[in-house]
Amino acid sequence: MNTPTMLNFGAGAILLSGLTGDNWRLADYRARGGYKALEKILENPNHWTPDQIIAEVKLSSLRGRGGAGFPTGMKWSFMPRHAPEKYLVCNADESEPGTFKDRDLLRYNPHLVLEGMIIAAYAMGCARGYIYIHGEIWECYERMEEVLKEAREAGLIGKNILGSPFSFEVFNHHGFGAYICGEETAMLESLEGKKGQPRYKPPFPANVGLYGKPTTINNVETLANVPYIILNGGQRFLELGQPNAGGTKIFSISGDVKRPGNYELPMGTPFTVLLNLAGGVREGHMLKAVIPGGSSSPVVPASTMLDTKLDYDSIAKAGSMMGSGAVIVIDNSRCMVKSLLRLSEFYHEESCGQCTPCREGTGWMVKILHRLEHGEGREGDLETLDQVAHNIMGRTICALGDAAAMPVRSFLKHFRDEFDFHIKNRRCQVQDYV
Amino acid sequence: MMKSLLSDQSLRLIETAIAKYPEGRKQSAVMAALTIAQDEHGYLSTDVLNEVARILEMSPMAVYEVASFYSMYRLKPAGRYTLTLCTNLPCALQGAGSAAQYLKSKLNIDFGETTKDGMFTLQQGECMGACGDGPIVLVNHKKMCAKMTREAVDAFIDDLYGSAGKDKR
Repeated sequence: MNTPTMLNFGAGAILLSGLTGDNWRLADYRARGGYKALEKILENPNHWTPDQIIAEVKLSSLRGRGGAGFPTGMKWSFMPRHAPEKYLVCNADESEPGTFKDRDLLRYNPHLVLEGMIIAAYAMGCARGYIYIHGEIWECYERMEEVLKEAREAGLIGKNILGSPFSFEVFNHHGFGAYICGEETAMLESLEGKKGQPRYKPPFPANVGLYGKPTTINNVETLANVPYIILNGGQRFLELGQPNAGGTKIFSISGDVKRPGNYELPMGTPFTVLLNLAGGVREGHMLKAVIPGGSSSPVVPASTMLDTKLDYDSIAKAGSMMGSGAVIVIDNSRCMVKSLLRLSEFYHEESCGQCTPCREGTGWMVKILHRLEHGEGREGDLETLDQVAHNIMGRTICALGDAAAMPVRSFLKHFRDEFDFHIKNRRCQVQDYV
Repeated sequence: MMKSLLSDQSLRLIETAIAKYPEGRKQSAVMAALTIAQDEHGYLSTDVLNEVARILEMSPMAVYEVASFYSMYRLKPAGRYTLTLCTNLPCALQGAGSAAQYLKSKLNIDFGETTKDGMFTLQQGECMGACGDGPIVLVNHKKMCAKMTREAVDAFIDDLYGSAGKDKR
């Protein structure tokens, strides 16, 4: 029999290690030491109280991996202790352009995510959880149905988990084509069987969430880190990364690189290391710009990015954000006007229509960019474009408005000459384009 | 009682979906129910939407709202296979533009159109969360096909004709 080839996501991977692509089942996960963290907790409940688990997660400096980077331990501590009905939702509605890390976790190491979820539910006293899965990755949904079946049969979810007094039920819920449902309150609306339109905050989901009950929503990758923290201690996890952001991060690198894919690296790894792992920029081209944290994060010019480390603070210093860790690489053959137009079309398409600045503003931005791209730009268009983006920011219920505005403002800031060229010469500055 | 527009199998699947949610929260199963109904009928007619509303004890309007909000529900008939090509930036950088041109010329249709033989509807889509494998085509909103080069497009169109049991044109 042939030895299966290991998928390589980086030498220091803790979440995506020991994986062949086929060894996703419960028995395989157990053979890798899976569910040991859960057993450790349930076998010694006097030590591993919910408070102790939350303290360990706080010590680890684990921050939410979905994009906002909120400290996970703190989020968990917001849940009211004695509420009778509480929910945990795993956010697997990954659809921020450039992001595809949760898909690999779900298809290659799904029980790791589930174990993290069970521990999180124990720490917060949730009796029921949902995994909200992006509709487009239907095969992951089917896999997770199988995974929950395996776990239920093995007594890992359901009543009296592993013979303990703790009970937790988990179900999968699929999306069906709405980026906005990745926003946590839109996700709750969607889970309730409604349009995915974000709710006003406050009240926050920890007080009024799913069906009006206290709810915590955590990203797939965030939850996947929890078993490591319990097994190895928060301190060890912290030391893998940066002082205010522990652990590794899965970076999804796409665009103009030779080997797009997921690479799990310690927080604080230089961008150049990631770029090299991805085989570097396409043959015969040079790096022009990088969108470092998913399509919503501000674009960073090559010269700055090449000196930047991949962690929250360093990327913020470079003028952008870590976001979901989705690194979109753009080379010097690409037109920035056309690239921005495509991103703006996305936000216009995905705006839920609830807030006027976002619903109308994203449309106006597309119109202006469309005419710039098609050689019909006018004097003053760039000022109007920037003004529209400015007027969206901070004036909407959810972050989609800001997410639509940030690319526009940063593209204009760093690549204004290309936009000017489009207006003056009624054509593109670069020959090849997206 | 009138026979349901949905098959017994679909009705059973919807019951399974309802059981995932707490007592009295049938509405939570609406997305699953619509998906199951669409898989059976190919698209969601008003009659089918009304039937889903009846099963879930929802107002028909609440069901229409959901069906029209999420982009993968089809409210009009389409080809046997709906091909959705992601054209968002990462996929575009990785060749979605040429994949689009090739698909259009091979099928002799534009985005939003259906081939004369009723086999394929081609449309543009947004991020499917698999950018590393782009360009991505989603078949009937469920089957993901990765790295859509010309050769890959040829192979998978032939394959779909094959599974439909039809002659190639």
